[in-house]
Amino acid sequence: MKELEYPFDADYINSKRKAIKRQLLETGKNYIDVKIAILGGSTTSNIKNVLELFLLNYGIKPSFYESEYNMYYEDIMFDNEELKEFAPELIYIHTSNRNIIDWPVMTDSAEQVDAKLKNVYSRFGGLWEKAAQVYHCPIIQNNFELPYYRLMGNKDAADIHGRVYFVNELNRMFGEYARNHENFYIHDIQYESALYGLEKWSDPFYWHMYKYAMCVPAIPYTAFGVANIIKSIYGKNKKILALDMDNTLWGGVIGDDGVDNIEIGQETSLSQTYSEFQKYIKDRKQLGVLLSVISKNERDIAIEGLRRPDSVLKEDDFVEICANWDPKDINLKNIASHINLLPESFVFVDDNPAERAIVSGNIPGVAVPEMTEPEHYISTLDRGGYFEVTHFSADDIKRNEMYQANAQRLQAEASFADYGDYLKSLEMKGEITAFKPVYMSRIAQLTNKSNQFNLTTKRYSQTEIEEVAADGQHIAIYGKLEDKFGDNGVVSVVIGKIDGEVLNMELWIMSCRVLKRDMEFAMMDELVRRAKLSGIKTIMGYYYPTAKNAMVKDFYALQGFELVSEDESGNRTWRFDIPEVYENKNKAIDVDNQ
Amino acid sequence: MNRDEIYSILNGVFQDVFDDESIEVNDATTSADIEDWDSLEHINLIVAVEKAFGVKFNVGEIHNMNNVGDMVNLIIAKKG
Repeated sequence: MKELEYPFDADYINSKRKAIKRQLLETGKNYIDVKIAILGGSTTSNIKNVLELFLLNYGIKPSFYESEYNMYYEDIMFDNEELKEFAPELIYIHTSNRNIIDWPVMTDSAEQVDAKLKNVYSRFGGLWEKAAQVYHCPIIQNNFELPYYRLMGNKDAADIHGRVYFVNELNRMFGEYARNHENFYIHDIQYESALYGLEKWSDPFYWHMYKYAMCVPAIPYTAFGVANIIKSIYGKNKKILALDMDNTLWGGVIGDDGVDNIEIGQETSLSQTYSEFQKYIKDRKQLGVLLSVISKNERDIAIEGLRRPDSVLKEDDFVEICANWDPKDINLKNIASHINLLPESFVFVDDNPAERAIVSGNIPGVAVPEMTEPEHYISTLDRGGYFEVTHFSADDIKRNEMYQANAQRLQAEASFADYGDYLKSLEMKGEITAFKPVYMSRIAQLTNKSNQFNLTTKRYSQTEIEEVAADGQHIAIYGKLEDKFGDNGVVSVVIGKIDGEVLNMELWIMSCRVLKRDMEFAMMDELVRRAKLSGIKTIMGYYYPTAKNAMVKDFYALQGFELVSEDESGNRTWRFDIPEVYENKNKAIDVDNQ
Repeated sequence: MNRDEIYSILNGVFQDVFDDESIEVNDATTSADIEDWDSLEHINLIVAVEKAFGVKFNVGEIHNMNNVGDMVNLIIAKKG
């Protein structure tokens, strides 16, 4: 919904909240249900209400537990019954520097100040440990905004008795905890309040009137910040940028002005502005965001712009360069289908409002930020939160390479008459085995991201994945696939629950980028092998239809299952009796199952 | 801005905040007259009124605000 996309009108959201919520619920889309506990050190009512709007807009339907005023600590440490019964799937601790009670005073020795720091920190640290231990769920914790007054003025930042120093130290310690703990995320209100303006953010009016530790008009910004972390945890980040060229990646129109006259490089203020933007895009790529181009140009001419020595972005930075005269929404859908992504996982970046309108009008869910002045391209793209990083795995760094390798595979495929010969030529090696600690984060990520090749659309947190791996009641395997063009990383996850001699399939997912590579058969082969070892006689498969997973409607038939039943909403149950002699279906992948 | 003009804007603000197009307020209206008007919604109302009229209330003024009439008096005083 436009009203909830950056840059939103915070005042509009505050005053029209109820009507916006009604409109969101009327869209009737498929939501992920998440139970969120908001534990506050100040009033949190509006934060909860506005957070709900942003989450609904991201396809997440929250139900909330809200602590009583300033009971964030007691609720966790003294096992609030209501909270326990609620069983949160995510905890957001909304505290502020109003919750720092024991500030340093001028007479404190260095040791006393240090003890006070440790005191505040360990109170929070104890809370996080307890929360993680009891609820096994992601925890989002505010850091601290800077103090709104400084007794010593500038020296407050340097002197150990200064509040500015104290807050900076605490934030450093909070950050260190986040670096060392999975499933723990800092919500950076220090940065958020600075962006908004600390003077307004900390207006004591709202504290004294209503016990809000931040100013009420700024609440949509903080709710947006938290919503971005949550949607990222649940795999709802955007994945790819589709970039226009003329007046987006460089100044001027290359077809009219000529490659020598476009604005890029270091010669003029304008060319520097575009270079800085290109550098930003290149840095984004390093975080695993895919890059593509959609430009109205002759391809040969367009490419020349990227071949200039002073162009930061080069041809091989992009998974696809689409330069032609077709409508941009069509081009975007084409790129999406080439690389097996949904069109809604794109961020479309174009300076031309007409092109933006065509794309946003024809592709529901696509993000189309308003790029107006080149000097503000970076901030517009950055504040939108499209690519909020929560987990960062080795696979993310390699993602662009993986997709480029895919393009090479397509070319190779075209040169083989027989598909089997093509598959053999890929020299594929699979690693299919029980979950390993190093992959837990990627496995959880995959269960939340996969929509198309996903039989049950069951989502797992990392903690749940770890439990499934350890509880002895599941057969749970992942599949990693490598070939001569590159390593695809972990691409498939299969989980079944053991019930005597029956295995009930709870999850079967695969990344669409390895479709038709025999990987789904290799997974089946290994599943059957492990099932036999556990004395399983029958495997029951389930298909639950969603708006996106029609492609796997008949998946179990392909694997040799028989259809047992189908209800009126299309839910299907399948049965596979494991034969005495099971012949492996995969012929193309060399599998290591250790 | 006269009292009637203020009320025509104010009614719109109340209707948005409480999401109820039937709301009409007058000098004597208090929080007891509107079902959802609790202390938590009060802040949203104040912020929305401030925005709609381009005014700011201070802690003391809100403290002494007993009904909608008081609010309108303050708006008139601030708008001049």
